Amino acid sequence: MERPLTKNIRDGMEPLDIAAYEKSGGYRAVHKALRQMVPKDLVDLVTASNLRGRGGAGFPTGQKWATVPMGDNVPRPKYLVVDADEMEPGTFKDRFLMEGDPHQLIEGIILGAYAIQADIAFIFLRHEYTKSAQRLTRAMAEAYDRGYLGSNIAGSGFSLQLRLHISAGRYICGEGTAMLNSMQGGRAIPRHRLPHPTVSGLWGKPTNINNAETLCNLPHIVNNGADWFKGLSRCKDGGTKIYGASGKVKKPGAWELPIGTTIREILEEHAGGMREGVKFRAVIPGGASTEFLLEEHLDVQMDYDSVPKAGSRLGTGTMIVLDDQTCPVGMVHNLEHFFARESCGWCTPCREGLPWTARILKDIEEGRGMMDDLGRLENLGKDLWLGRTFCPLAPGAMEPLRSALVHFREDFERHIREKRCPWR
Amino acid sequence: MLTEELKQEIESYIHEHCPNRRGACIEAMMIVQRSQGWLSDESMRDLAAFLEMSPDELDGVATFYNHLFRKPVGRHVIWICDSVTCWVMGYEGMLEHMQRRLGIKSGETTPDGRFTLLPIQCLGACHHAPALMIDNDLHEDLTPQKFDQILKDYK
Repeated sequence: MERPLTKNIRDGMEPLDIAAYEKSGGYRAVHKALRQMVPKDLVDLVTASNLRGRGGAGFPTGQKWATVPMGDNVPRPKYLVVDADEMEPGTFKDRFLMEGDPHQLIEGIILGAYAIQADIAFIFLRHEYTKSAQRLTRAMAEAYDRGYLGSNIAGSGFSLQLRLHISAGRYICGEGTAMLNSMQGGRAIPRHRLPHPTVSGLWGKPTNINNAETLCNLPHIVNNGADWFKGLSRCKDGGTKIYGASGKVKKPGAWELPIGTTIREILEEHAGGMREGVKFRAVIPGGASTEFLLEEHLDVQMDYDSVPKAGSRLGTGTMIVLDDQTCPVGMVHNLEHFFARESCGWCTPCREGLPWTARILKDIEEGRGMMDDLGRLENLGKDLWLGRTFCPLAPGAMEPLRSALVHFREDFERHIREKRCPWR
Repeated sequence: MLTEELKQEIESYIHEHCPNRRGACIEAMMIVQRSQGWLSDESMRDLAAFLEMSPDELDGVATFYNHLFRKPVGRHVIWICDSVTCWVMGYEGMLEHMQRRLGIKSGETTPDGRFTLLPIQCLGACHHAPALMIDNDLHEDLTPQKFDQILKDYK
């Protein structure tokens, strides 16, 4: 099985420096693309590869690029913003790639910038990823030294400035337009989606935002072609995916596997199954803002089309396991408490509805719940759903709640009947 | 007070990153905080003037972000992850132990000014939960014993 994204990553070891990275075939794709391909070739190649955005939404990367205005008469500078603000609870895949092989990300950034003819690229990195910051800073300096960044990259005539932007920290910065407002020195409040950031983004200039994992795939697509990339997967999306598992499994971790690997294979073969003494009960497949799936869903393939058919989303592909010794009501309370705190406060349903949701759940968990609270939670699940709020934060928050009210109904009712949490 | 050194550092950031002065305000606050530990009213007033903003406007940005302190903090800040995987793996017991050991509640600073304890969202270390950060250092697979041991490295 090929593992292009992690082939240079050795657990506990320093990442490759630029010389070693080049020796392993690194920056070959930059030479190839910048010298032999025009930007449109690269957009077409990536479109043909079926690469979809790895940040959670799964939008086809080539299609997104194709919306960036091209040619001489467009506003400049154009920007590429790299979303490395990994804050979705339960998610630790971008960290793995940035700490493990920073040059791979930089090479991907150069290619992504070339495709849209960006002048400046920013890595928007979360504050807490201090080791990623250190390693990226060192790798960027090496890449500038070697002429892969700056003006006239590798003699191609293409120039790119790359800068590291370290966030002051807030979950909502992961929403692309909120991220842009934060980079402009404001509160990270989402913008209207029209005009789209690819037309009017950072400082009103064309701006493409790609997730760090998405960009890491580019060197391999350029080197090996679209068919090879599609052949890596077990579904119609292309490539591999960094999957993860956490919770009470024997070997929590992150692994690069063909996209479309089943939940069962990830949990049983790679995460080693459940720890002694606990049983599997449910899983949140792709970070905090995805619906719970049950044992009957274990053979679902983890890809952008299969997971929604089972009633959830692939999200970030990093799963959180609920076991039978852990209270599902308490777990959902923890999730909603998180989302309530992270609401930016801009739109009323989210600002008021999420703290209300968290308060009701706390009451139920602590034995003060009433049966009609369940109806209230169901209504909140509708009132904070897609189309009712300004951005996807609150609907994301409702995903685990709505599914929990269905799957764990009996547990909610038992808390209310017995006026206590049966797990405490 | 903004020293000449700080002003220069902020000025060069503006020059490299932003088409206008206010665009640099978050990084400018981080720069001041790195040197002064937190953002006092006086520093905010001076910085706002330097960036051609009003102090309240600047405060509106500062209060949005986790890593900008508008109150003094201890010499070391302990950030305990309170998100879902850490919760599943025993966050509540860890927090209780930490509060008892430090003699403060979450959000407070020890009387000797050594530690401030704050909650933080998922640190992206879920495969080694529970996790926390002290200043810039990540500590994983926590147990009460391990926490007590780690504290010794932060004077």
